[in-house]
Amino acid sequence: MTRRVKQRYLALKIESVESFEDEDIKDAVWNAVTQLFGEYGASQVGLFLVQCDRQRKVAVLRCSHKALEMVHASIVSVTKIGDKPVAMRVLRVSGTLRALKRKLEDDSLV
Amino acid sequence: MTKFVDLHLCAPFRNVEQLRKMVTKSFELGYRSVGIPLPPNVELDEVEHLRKICSEAGIDFVCRVDIIPGNTNELLANLRRLRRKFEVASVLCTSKSVARQAAKDRRVDVLSFPVVKQRNRFFDRAEAELASESSSSLEIDMASLLSLEGFLRIRLISSLRREVAIAKSFRVAVVISSGAANDYLLRGPHDYSALAMLFDMDSSLAFKALSEVPWGIVERNRLKLGPDFVAPGLRVVRRRDP
Repeated sequence: MTRRVKQRYLALKIESVESFEDEDIKDAVWNAVTQLFGEYGASQVGLFLVQCDRQRKVAVLRCSHKALEMVHASIVSVTKIGDKPVAMRVLRVSGTLRALKRKLEDDSLV
Repeated sequence: MTKFVDLHLCAPFRNVEQLRKMVTKSFELGYRSVGIPLPPNVELDEVEHLRKICSEAGIDFVCRVDIIPGNTNELLANLRRLRRKFEVASVLCTSKSVARQAAKDRRVDVLSFPVVKQRNRFFDRAEAELASESSSSLEIDMASLLSLEGFLRIRLISSLRREVAIAKSFRVAVVISSGAANDYLLRGPHDYSALAMLFDMDSSLAFKALSEVPWGIVERNRLKLGPDFVAPGLRVVRRRDP
């Protein structure tokens, strides 16, 4: 019997004067993971873009809880999307999407 | 509550708008104290103006000088001239002799090394032993880690991993600073702690390098620069009424 894989949900703030498509954000994080940890590392993170609020520039990503540190380091290492400068930082991390949304509401970020 | 300090915010201090923006951003990210490097010939009223901008943003300003000496004589001359003017003195070690002299001089708070020229990173075991005796700290600028790409970044991470391991074994304090010259390179303390795992620094040590260690340097030097300081461990408690 295989064990259920625990997940972590990360809310991230995208700081840029430009606005980006969901695909661009996903690709930027994937590229950062691949650059820092290689293809072997990237195969372990189980990254998934859950949602993206373009107006507030907040995105929610899901990853394997074992790869949380790797994903966090990769997210903050993003400095560009295409040629446009960008800063990404992790606002909150949670084990469930519901708890993450509650935390963001408490911080009045959503 | 942990007091996070960014000891190396490279904000352009004559560009008031950009400076205000970066200082406000630092406050939003959770820092309560920032060190801004100033030129050695900075005027006192410019420093006061900076202090005012920072206090308006709710942040404590730390006056810092980055010394880049060509040789040891230049280093000693600069330290003699500048040490009492600035709260934090950092030395960028561009040669081995300068690195050794800076590591054994108690007036140097922070040792930093060139980012791109890996051969000029002189933080080895001998350097660490000297730094440990004189309580100097090793500074890691995270902006370089963010802005470099490809092979240069691989080499930098590898050097940092080696240096952090040496610092740990010789009990040399490590300071993590942003080194950011624009707000796109600024990150929060938790983000830097996550990045520090790239060079095998665990989160407790990373948080120390972002809070306790830099704040310890600032407090120690403020005490030394204060009017009551006589010598290490000795200060004026009360003065006789004239």
